[in-house]
Amino acid sequence: MFKYLFAKAEDIPAGSAAIYFGYSSIIWFVIGTGLGSFNAAKLAFPDFVTGSEILSFGHMRQVHVLAVILGWISMAFAMAMMYITPALGNTKLWSEKLGVWNCFLWNIALSIGLFLLWMGVTSGREYSDLPFFIDVIVLAVIWCPLCVNVIMTIKTRRTQGIYTTNWFFGAATFMVIIVFSVGNSPEFFQLTGLTEAYLTWWFAHNVLGLWITPVAAAISYYVVPKVTGNPLYSHRIGHLHFWSVVVFYSTPAAHHLMSAPLPEWLKSFASVEGVLILVPAIAFVSNLLLTMTGKWRMFVENIEIKFTITGVLMAIPLNMQGGFQQTRAINWYIHGTGWIVAHAHLALLGFSTFLEAAAVYYGLQTLLRRKLYSLALANFHFWMLLIGFTTYWISMTIAGLIQGAGKIYEVPYIDVVIAEHPYMIARWVGGTMVFLGNCVWLYNMYKTARLGTAIPAGRLPHELAYER
Amino acid sequence: MAFREYKIGTRMFGLAFGTSMFITLYMPAMDIANVSATSIAMDRQLSFGRVSGFSYEDPFLQGWGKPITVQITQDPKTGAAIESTRAFVYEADVPFPNGIRHPRILGTEPSAISLDKGRINEATETLGAVFIVRETIEAGVKVPYIENATATRGWLPAATLAKASDSQRLLVGKGKIMFVREGCWWCHTLLPEQTQDWQYFGAPPMLGDFNGESPTAFGSDRKAPDLTHVGSRNSSREWMMMHFFNPRLVQPHSIMPRYDYLWGEKDASGAAIDFDGWRTAYTAYAAGESIYPPEVPIPAPDSEARALIDFVLNLK
Repeated sequence: MFKYLFAKAEDIPAGSAAIYFGYSSIIWFVIGTGLGSFNAAKLAFPDFVTGSEILSFGHMRQVHVLAVILGWISMAFAMAMMYITPALGNTKLWSEKLGVWNCFLWNIALSIGLFLLWMGVTSGREYSDLPFFIDVIVLAVIWCPLCVNVIMTIKTRRTQGIYTTNWFFGAATFMVIIVFSVGNSPEFFQLTGLTEAYLTWWFAHNVLGLWITPVAAAISYYVVPKVTGNPLYSHRIGHLHFWSVVVFYSTPAAHHLMSAPLPEWLKSFASVEGVLILVPAIAFVSNLLLTMTGKWRMFVENIEIKFTITGVLMAIPLNMQGGFQQTRAINWYIHGTGWIVAHAHLALLGFSTFLEAAAVYYGLQTLLRRKLYSLALANFHFWMLLIGFTTYWISMTIAGLIQGAGKIYEVPYIDVVIAEHPYMIARWVGGTMVFLGNCVWLYNMYKTARLGTAIPAGRLPHELAYER
Repeated sequence: MAFREYKIGTRMFGLAFGTSMFITLYMPAMDIANVSATSIAMDRQLSFGRVSGFSYEDPFLQGWGKPITVQITQDPKTGAAIESTRAFVYEADVPFPNGIRHPRILGTEPSAISLDKGRINEATETLGAVFIVRETIEAGVKVPYIENATATRGWLPAATLAKASDSQRLLVGKGKIMFVREGCWWCHTLLPEQTQDWQYFGAPPMLGDFNGESPTAFGSDRKAPDLTHVGSRNSSREWMMMHFFNPRLVQPHSIMPRYDYLWGEKDASGAAIDFDGWRTAYTAYAAGESIYPPEVPIPAPDSEARALIDFVLNLK
């Protein structure tokens, strides 16, 4: 990577930035899930590693969250954007050099930010935990260069229209800049009290709704038609998805603070808008599943489709939960419980991760011109992720329902802690499986770069048979 | 070839996103800004200080530049006996909270009275000041306001501190820094849930209870009891001390981490704390080999543990 930072633009091979982003994202995924597994162990066994401030739960929890969001998920997005956007515009990336710098500085900024966060330097606001000078750096070296590169690539395209995926990419990279700036503004402008608390959740909601969810969906709009060879079922439904995300998904932030003394009109508005998330969700899932018509055997045989469609299927329970759990009728029962933790992992580790993993698998093979080293290891990765995640999700959902019941019936809190204990162990087992699966993935992709069969010119990775 | 420029689409996108931002940002922000601070909000920000997260005065969250809350029974200037008063001492160069720096945060009426009667605009950070929260009746309605006691009564920070013994001092500002830095709020919320919680964990906060406080550290994931009113439920300093050192001493099933590292190197008597010896003795106790657990060292007056205990006991 370093040799390309100061190379002439024409000397940098196309796809370099995407390759670096791809491997960075996998490494961050291993780190992020490793931290998650360690944290889960502490919740299951409170005396596991004690006496050290640095290795205490309160110092590591937020590092796990941001390593996964800014490291794994967002870098995998950047990787996908760096190769899908030009491919769909029949052009080259606007600036490969900017992409390489973007990746290099992204890794540096994130490492510094997470190190400080680990040491306890925090703003004290969930999801926007980074102190404000790191926020400025993140904005300058992560979001802005990414947005410029993606939007300029779309602008310099050599096709008439813009495909669905690229609408989402262009809009999301722009929206994430706005959301991140506004969401972290309490520190710039010293907004306080409920305004600050509300902005914290406005950010947390919209970084999921306007960045993670739409970009993950956009990736699958590319991967499924590309790998199956079927055209997208309907562009009209794609339009519906895009516009309903912008209109509906950007509004219900207040539903995260249903118990806070916010204005009642705001909570009611957020709750109604929150149910409307079902519009983009149904549009997205039906569009993708109908695109699969006649190619369902690839769900079994092809690793990218297996990951993508599993992720798409997970969008169904995800959005059913998301749409209804924030209504007052349900929120009073499950708010603040493990149910929400399970739901957050369904969004990030279930739905979104499976779609991005497919994009990283497919993209690295395409760009390196190497067939995947081992299908067996990839399948092992898939099942470790799926079984590990499912174990986590089911155990945390049950734990959440126990907590909810304890809350409603005024059970002494310690009895809830005792009742939850088996599920805390199950959550740790599930999280550890995900971590181990990711270690295998990193090995597999390393081997792919070294030993994967070369893909002949003019061929696509999925047209070649797997060798292992 | 003339490409499509998506002019209508881009404008529609701007309109949709802009409207959404207007409804979800501008309208609620204006609504919340019109709310006056309650006496709770004034007490909170005066005891916590300007920011309880990262700030220039305290970049490593060590509790630097934070006010000290004292309970005094003597007038610091005259030495005359007064009724027990809670005062917030800002020594020189301790940043004032947001409500003092920007009085409009307190709301129209409280800010006008705080400036007029309370003379808060006469306080300067370079010299320090002592504040108290008071109430007055305006048109038949009680209105809380902040009084700059340095200007109105001549209470100087050093003299005020001198009137409070160590047990009358609460390091609430430093304690909240510990609360934020150590991630207590990842498991304990500071916001009771609606309905049932209000009976179990106490009254919910009101709209004006947070003006000027930053961050509120509400927490979102409740793996442990809500702490909004914990000081009213349990006011035992000794229980808190044992619970922070090793929660399993007072609650065998607790999954809370041990915060023994907040004790620092020395205890209240100045003796070095033997953590390894303590853990060995505790392990023997936990295994049933000894009847009593080892004694928990009393935290030193300037230790982080003491500040955190002060903060928690102050949550009433």
